[in-house]
Amino acid sequence: MPMLEVKNLSVDFIVEGKHLPAVTDATFSVEKGEILALVGESGCGKSVSCMALARLVPEPPGVYSSGSIKFKHADREYDVLGLDKKSLREFRRHRISYIFQEPSASLNPVFRVGDQIAESIFLRGDVDNESKVRDEIISVLKQVGIPEPEQKMMSYPHELSGGMQQRIMIAMALASKPDLLVADEPTTALDVTIQAQILELLREIRNRTHMSIILVTHNLGIVADMADRVVVMYAGHVVETAAAKTILKEPMHPYTRALISAVPKLTHQKEKLATIPGSVPSPASYPKGCRFFGRCLLAENITAPKQELCISTVPAIEEKRKGHFCRCHYSK
Amino acid sequence: MPLLKVDKISTSYRIRGSLFSPAKYLRAVDEVSFELGAGETLGLVGESGCGKSTLGRTIIRLEKHSSGKVFIEDREITALEGTELRKARNGFQMIFQDPYGSLNPRMTVFSTLEEVLSIHTRLDREGRLKRIVELLEMVGLNAEQMHRYPHQFSGGQRQRIGIARALAVEPKLIVADEPVSALDVSVQAQIINLLIEIQKKTNVAFLFIAHDLAVVEHISRRIMVMYLGRIVEDGLSAEVTGNPGHPYTKALLSAVPVIDPMTKRSRIILPGDVPSPLNPPSGCPFHPRCPLARDKCKVDVPLLQPVKEGEFHFSACFFHDEVRKMDRGI
Repeated sequence: MPMLEVKNLSVDFIVEGKHLPAVTDATFSVEKGEILALVGESGCGKSVSCMALARLVPEPPGVYSSGSIKFKHADREYDVLGLDKKSLREFRRHRISYIFQEPSASLNPVFRVGDQIAESIFLRGDVDNESKVRDEIISVLKQVGIPEPEQKMMSYPHELSGGMQQRIMIAMALASKPDLLVADEPTTALDVTIQAQILELLREIRNRTHMSIILVTHNLGIVADMADRVVVMYAGHVVETAAAKTILKEPMHPYTRALISAVPKLTHQKEKLATIPGSVPSPASYPKGCRFFGRCLLAENITAPKQELCISTVPAIEEKRKGHFCRCHYSK
Repeated sequence: MPLLKVDKISTSYRIRGSLFSPAKYLRAVDEVSFELGAGETLGLVGESGCGKSTLGRTIIRLEKHSSGKVFIEDREITALEGTELRKARNGFQMIFQDPYGSLNPRMTVFSTLEEVLSIHTRLDREGRLKRIVELLEMVGLNAEQMHRYPHQFSGGQRQRIGIARALAVEPKLIVADEPVSALDVSVQAQIINLLIEIQKKTNVAFLFIAHDLAVVEHISRRIMVMYLGRIVEDGLSAEVTGNPGHPYTKALLSAVPVIDPMTKRSRIILPGDVPSPLNPPSGCPFHPRCPLARDKCKVDVPLLQPVKEGEFHFSACFFHDEVRKMDRGI
C-alpha cells in the first residue's frame, strides 16, 4: 500500500445553502520518497485537495462529503477523515508539513525566524533542552542553505529576501521531520533564478531524507523538472494521472493536451500559440456531464450522437494503459 | 527615423534619511539608451527589482526621470509639461499587469472606454459608441457586455478590457507591463495571440515587459535583458536566447524549467540574491553572482559592446566570448 492513498474524495463548500463542489471524486496516491505534482489552472481544486490531506479545510463552510484519506507510517495507519481531535493533532504534528506560495504571508512578522523554527521543534515533543533546540535550528538552517545561520536566526522575516523567507518556511517544515511535505506553489512568487535554487533544494532534501513531496504548480516546466508522477486536475475533477514522462510526451486527456500546447516554448518558432477557447466553469454551474465539454477539441470533432454521452454523463476515471489513468469517454 | 528613441535615461528615487543618516538616492534606471521602430515589439526581461517597470513607466511619463531624454517621433516627451503632455498621451498608452486592480470597479466597460474617448478624441456621442463597439470586437469581447462591471468578467476578459482601453486612442506605442503574468496558461495564450493580431492590424509598437523569457521570446523580435537598472544584453530574440552573450542571460535561460524532457540543459544556479540597488556593487553590477567574474570586473564597469562584429547583438560583459563555455561548468 502506498504511503498516502486518497480515494473518491469529494469536498464541497456550503455557501448560502448551496453545495458548491470544490473537489469531486478525486483519487490519487503518493509513494514514499516520491515527488507527485498536482497540476491545473486556478480554481481547479488543487489547493483544497492539499488542505484536505490534513483536514485543514474549515468545517463549515467545507464538508468532506465522501471518500477516504489513508496515511501509512511504519505499521500504523491513519484514517485522516475519521481521526479524533487528539490523533488528528498528532498526525498533523508528525506526519505532514506545508509550505505555501507567499512566504511573507505565512511567516509571523513579529517573531524572529529562529523562534518560529523552534516552535515546530518543540511541538515535535522529543527535545526539551534549549541548547539542543538552538543546535537543531542552526543545523536545519544549514540544510536549507542559509549562510551565517547563527546571525540569520535572529532576524525578523522582513529583513530577509523572498527566496530566504521561503528557505525559512522549508526549514520550519523540515524541523518537524514529516513524512510528507506539501508544497503549494512554493516558487510562484519568486524570480526564476531564485526558483531554480528552491527547486534544487527540494530535490536535494528528497534525495537525502527520502521524504515524499506533493508539489502543487501550474507550471508544466516545473513538472518536467521535478515530478515522478503527475495528477492533472480540471474543475474539481482529477482528469489524468500518469508518470511525468508519459504525461508530457503522450498526454491522453484533451485538457492536458491543450494545456501543454498552450505553453510558449523557447524554440524560436513563431507559430500561433494553441489556445483553449472560453474559460473554466464556476463550481456553481458545473455541467451535468463532462466538465471540459464546450472547450474540448476532441468532442468538437465527433458526431452529435456521440457528443450526447459527453453532455449527459460524467466520464469515469479509468486505467487506459498501465499506470495511466484518464477521465474521458473517447480518448484512447 | 525610429518611433521611440531613448537617450541615456535615468530614474532615481530619493530615500528619506533620518536624523542621523542623510537621504540616499536609489538609481532604479541607470543611463539606458535604445530605439524602437513602428510596428515592432521589443521584449524587456529581468528579475523583480531590476528596474524594468520603472523604465517602462518613465518612458511614458508616469514616473519622473532624473536625467536623459525620450523622443517619440522626434518629439521630446521628457520636455513636455501640463496640457501639452496630456495631449501627447494619445500617442503612447500602457497595459498593466493586474487586470483586477487596473480597472475602476465602479465603472462599466462602456464608461471606462467612453472616458478615454471623450478626453482624447473629438468624437460625438454616436461616434464614441461606434468606436467602443469596434474596440470590443477587436479585443474579442461581445459588445452586448459593455454595460457590465469589471467584477462580472474573468481575469482574461478584464485584461482584454485593459487592452481595449489602451487601444482606444490609436496609440503608436504601447508599454505592456507584465500583461499576462497574472493569467492562467490557457488564457495567457489567448492574450498573447490577441496582442500579435492587434499589432498586425494597427501597426502599434509594443514595449513588452515580462519576467518569463519564453513568453517574451514568443512575442518579440528583439530582447533586452536588464539587471540592476542597466541593460546587460540587447539583440534579436533568436540570438539572445539561442546564443546569449552575457552570463546573466545564460543563467536566466538555464533557470527556466522547460517541458520537453529531451532538452535537458545543464543548469547554472546563481548564488545569492539580486543586490540592493541602494548600494550596488562596484564595477560590473553582476560580478558578485557571476561564475566568470575576475578582478577586472570588480573595478571597471562594462559597457554594451557588439558580441560579433556586424551583427545586431550587444553585451555588457568583458568576457562575452567565454559565456558559451559556461555549459561545461566553470
